[in-house]
Amino acid sequence: MPRIIEVREGILKKNDMLARTLRTRFSDARVSVVSLVSSPGAGKTELLHKTLATLTHTHRVGALVGDLATDRDARRLAQAGVPVQQITTGTVCHLDAHMIAQAIDGWDLASLDLLFIENVGNLVCPASYDLGEHARVVLLSVTEGEDKPLKYPTIFNTADLAVISKIDLADAVGFDKHEAYRNIHEVGPALTVTEVSARTGSGMDGWLQWLRQPLPSRR
Amino acid sequence: MHELSVALTLVEAACEKVGGLEDVRVEAVHVRLGPLAGVVKEALSFCFEVTARGTALEGARLEIEDVPLVVFCHDCDVERQLSSMQRFRCPVCDEPTPDVVHGRELELTALEVSDRATHH
Repeated sequence: MPRIIEVREGILKKNDMLARTLRTRFSDARVSVVSLVSSPGAGKTELLHKTLATLTHTHRVGALVGDLATDRDARRLAQAGVPVQQITTGTVCHLDAHMIAQAIDGWDLASLDLLFIENVGNLVCPASYDLGEHARVVLLSVTEGEDKPLKYPTIFNTADLAVISKIDLADAVGFDKHEAYRNIHEVGPALTVTEVSARTGSGMDGWLQWLRQPLPSRR
Repeated sequence: MHELSVALTLVEAACEKVGGLEDVRVEAVHVRLGPLAGVVKEALSFCFEVTARGTALEGARLEIEDVPLVVFCHDCDVERQLSSMQRFRCPVCDEPTPDVVHGRELELTALEVSDRATHH
């Protein structure tokens, strides 16, 4: 007769435990960690590039950037003159806590005020993996359409801030801002929303102000 | 498609539990899955079968229990089950409900094992 052995543990327990350890390390070193997620091409790297270039005058900033292949993003971000580490995931579609731990190996975390983690462009898989960040930011570019939050509710529901990016193109692509806000709040009622154009600089003040606030500590 | 990563982690975790048991065959692996876990049930089942091959779990069934999406409605002061992830609103009073009580579960809950027939 088959018998049942009760186990009851999170399948991603190892990742979650490592993420918690990382978050404690970050907090102890007084570095705030923000991760960015979006679909490919929503403008994570451009936003991060402009953000690093601005914040480097007032804060000690750094970035980890995940991609399936190439170090193009890391080279682009390093132009801001701040420490940047590329994480090449190969065929893996998301970052996990172990990759973050490896990437910051040897870093003096106490020498940073703010560390960004740019995830692989993907609105599905990153939702399941805690990276030890203090806040998760999801980008939605106006060219993607207002209904993206309804199609990918999990990532929006687990984010702390939604950034509507490429806002300078809103009129050109007929973006319905009211509809976008409504959809974001249907799947994440408590989600703060901000609008930016990294290219024109419009909305950057609001975004930078959010970053300077004490971050919500996840989980 | 991170279900493959999840399946590998699941198989590894379940094999660790089986490792301490002598002469048992794993009949089934039981998991609980919430809609906000970000894992597709069918993909996980497929990946489980593939990743279990050549391990102590080979041939075991994967039993997935769906966990309903449950939120807390502050206006009604009670937990409510939602029928859609596209609408985080109380089904009774229609107020937005950001507080998720259940739905993020991605858990290994139990192993179903039977003793292998031993020859004397």
